[in-house]
Amino acid sequence: MVPLSWYLIFAAALFSIGMFGVLSRRNAVAILLGIELMLNSVNINLAAFWRYGDVHLMAGQVFAIIVFAVAAAEVAVGLALVISVYRSRRTVVADEIDMMKW
Amino acid sequence: MTPNLILFLILALVAVATALGMLFSKNAVYSALFLVLNFVTVAVFYLLLGAPFIAMAQITVYAGAIMVLFLFVIMLLGAERLPDTHVLPWQKPLATVLTVILALESTYLLWTKARPSGAVLPPGAEVNTVDNLRAMAMTLFNDYLLPFEVTSVLLLVAMVGVIVLVRREKGQKS
Repeated sequence: MVPLSWYLIFAAALFSIGMFGVLSRRNAVAILLGIELMLNSVNINLAAFWRYGDVHLMAGQVFAIIVFAVAAAEVAVGLALVISVYRSRRTVVADEIDMMKW
Repeated sequence: MTPNLILFLILALVAVATALGMLFSKNAVYSALFLVLNFVTVAVFYLLLGAPFIAMAQITVYAGAIMVLFLFVIMLLGAERLPDTHVLPWQKPLATVLTVILALESTYLLWTKARPSGAVLPPGAEVNTVDNLRAMAMTLFNDYLLPFEVTSVLLLVAMVGVIVLVRREKGQKS
């Protein structure tokens, strides 16, 4: 059996990669891709804790399903914002979206 | 080396490799496709953990619906490639440093601290996936009925919000 900490370290690695994507990419769509990766790595943690804790308590899996729904809502709103910004500014580069800068 | 351990190592390698591919491909379409592969690999992880329902939900919701939405938007906006101008020269080094700090710190803490004192299920025992699925459905629709309904309201709100955001005003030309 794989130790629990291996799953957690693997999830932390995916989370870090996703965070690097969010911090370093300049394409707004690519930033959203990084956020998806981070949400996904959190789900691995939930499933692993469910499996290594009490298997008869299903809360871990239920939370994972709720995270799925929240991720779907988040990506829909995020992409709508990207499209809306693209309409007014003709760009998806995060550096050039500076309407809130004074 | 048990079969589970070998599977875990191969899957972890593939998942990290595809995540890095997502990070370093210049073309956003390739990024999205690498991420699809990553999501499918993570779905196999759920199967390895004995959670078939979230594995399938992962494939349909993440690898299917969400990534198709991403590809639609990337192609709609023509955002595959961006001009290579660096407005913030310190952005990438700073991001690298911060990410390495986070990765090392979390790996160290998880390696030293995350040791369960005693698993309820003896390690190595297989979970019965069908009973498991039934129990999960009972939990979801009994104990967690209110969060479930709130999630559906959240999806409805998101849908309305999206329609409001991208709707064109009358007489407005895009």
